[in-house]
Amino acid sequence: MYSEILFAGFGGQGVILAGKILCIAAMHDGKNVSHIPSYGAEMRGGTANCCVVISDGLIASPVTPKYDIAVVMNTPSLLKFESAVRPGGKLLINSSLIDVEPTRTDIEIIKVDANDISEKAGSHKAANMAMLGKLIAVEPELCSPESLYAALDVAISERNRKFNPVNIAVMKIGGGIDV
Amino acid sequence: MGERVLLKGNEAASEAALIAGCTHYFAYPITPQNEISAYMAKRMPKLNRTFLQAESEIAACNMVYGAAATGARAMTSSSSPGIALKQESFGYIAGAEVPAVVINMMRGGPGLGNISGSQGDYNMCVKGGSNGDFHNLVYAPATVQELADLTLKAFDVAEKYRILTLILGDGYLAQMSEPCVLPEPSGFKAEKPWALTGAEGRPAQVINSLRLADGVLEVHNRHLEEKYKAIEAAEVMFENFHCDDADFVLVTYGTASRVCKAAVMNLRKQGIKAGVFRPITLWPFPSVALAAAVAGKKQVLTVEMSLGQMVADVRLAVNGAVPVDFLGRPGGAVPMVDEVTERVLSYGR
Repeated sequence: MYSEILFAGFGGQGVILAGKILCIAAMHDGKNVSHIPSYGAEMRGGTANCCVVISDGLIASPVTPKYDIAVVMNTPSLLKFESAVRPGGKLLINSSLIDVEPTRTDIEIIKVDANDISEKAGSHKAANMAMLGKLIAVEPELCSPESLYAALDVAISERNRKFNPVNIAVMKIGGGIDV
Repeated sequence: MGERVLLKGNEAASEAALIAGCTHYFAYPITPQNEISAYMAKRMPKLNRTFLQAESEIAACNMVYGAAATGARAMTSSSSPGIALKQESFGYIAGAEVPAVVINMMRGGPGLGNISGSQGDYNMCVKGGSNGDFHNLVYAPATVQELADLTLKAFDVAEKYRILTLILGDGYLAQMSEPCVLPEPSGFKAEKPWALTGAEGRPAQVINSLRLADGVLEVHNRHLEEKYKAIEAAEVMFENFHCDDADFVLVTYGTASRVCKAAVMNLRKQGIKAGVFRPITLWPFPSVALAAAVAGKKQVLTVEMSLGQMVADVRLAVNGAVPVDFLGRPGGAVPMVDEVTERVLSYGR
């Protein structure tokens, strides 16, 4: 496998962290991984994003103009990156915040009520976890759910680890697993 | 063996420098290498070592010169336009023969350019960048793991030869996170009878790059020449990736080489035998090994994230034995696997 994945949203939604959690989980499962944040001259209120590559073999470039999967968490990200998904690829949309309908018909559109799921589980901040949960449900090759949950303890700073039980619950609900 | 952890290139290089026993780090901020300074600012005081943010790039590099003259393991880091400013010191360090480590995470240029990864500083860093007859020993890592390993090694080699070793990475390597096993300390320890340690119980000594007396500088230049020859004989590093049975050899370094390896795997699936020859030391350049690796091949293709700089060294090494083509992406772009693959396909079988 060779999978190029984009995580995009606004600053504070945890898109960079979501990419890191996925990388750590896939690394734990024996995959090669790379993670690179967009560090250009980003516009305030605009998009933050990172590119993750997961592979059984060598990883070529950590950046790519086209993605197999895009996880978009706000409307500007959808507008910017819908065209960057490869034909036959997947576009995961945070439908809690995005009220624009994607126009592509050659890709699979997957809607996740990420903020609503997070709120119902008792957190204002775990929408990124819902997106991750859904991502590995629709793309189980990326990493195992167990590795994803365990990666939280590595990726999240010590003072915020107390939120991990909620994070895991949100991941599960996002992925359609009963909790 | 240590644990496999996900590390950003800048963090891996910083931690490797700490493992190598770097006691003095001199900073001046510039993207895309700022995480090195941030990491060192956090960790050096805790280890009772020196972190200092200088007033300018040249000052930071002259502080490395000064600290290294006392026998300390000293480092500075920057990115392209910042390295341009540091380079006056490089010549002084070469002339005075103190060991120093400098990291350049290259960004697009010329001038301030942009903050994306690039390989536009090959000529500046490999061919000198300061006055006089001298070389820096230049390492070009392609992965976060190699960046960590070579940063550790750079300190030992710098001391072994009393030379400036330069880690030539780029913005992509600096900013990307990859699995990495942090290296173990090498245990290498150089005797430094030349160091300025206070002259207690010994005659005073001077470290200087000025040699005015009649004929003295030529003797010193000849001494440096001998040292450079010894480095050329012992320190060349390269990777041969499927070159042995190849018809087509891609010569490439750093981030560009990652793309070329993927292209080679693609081409081999299509039954086309291609390989990658990757210099790891840019000076000393692996000329002899490259000439041997491409002997009898149909075509050499040099791939760089620039308008073509290393390609001149490739042509000198190949010396007309095989045609040398060039594919470059300047301005902070990374070559695509497809464009490299297509170029090789254009040569026919």
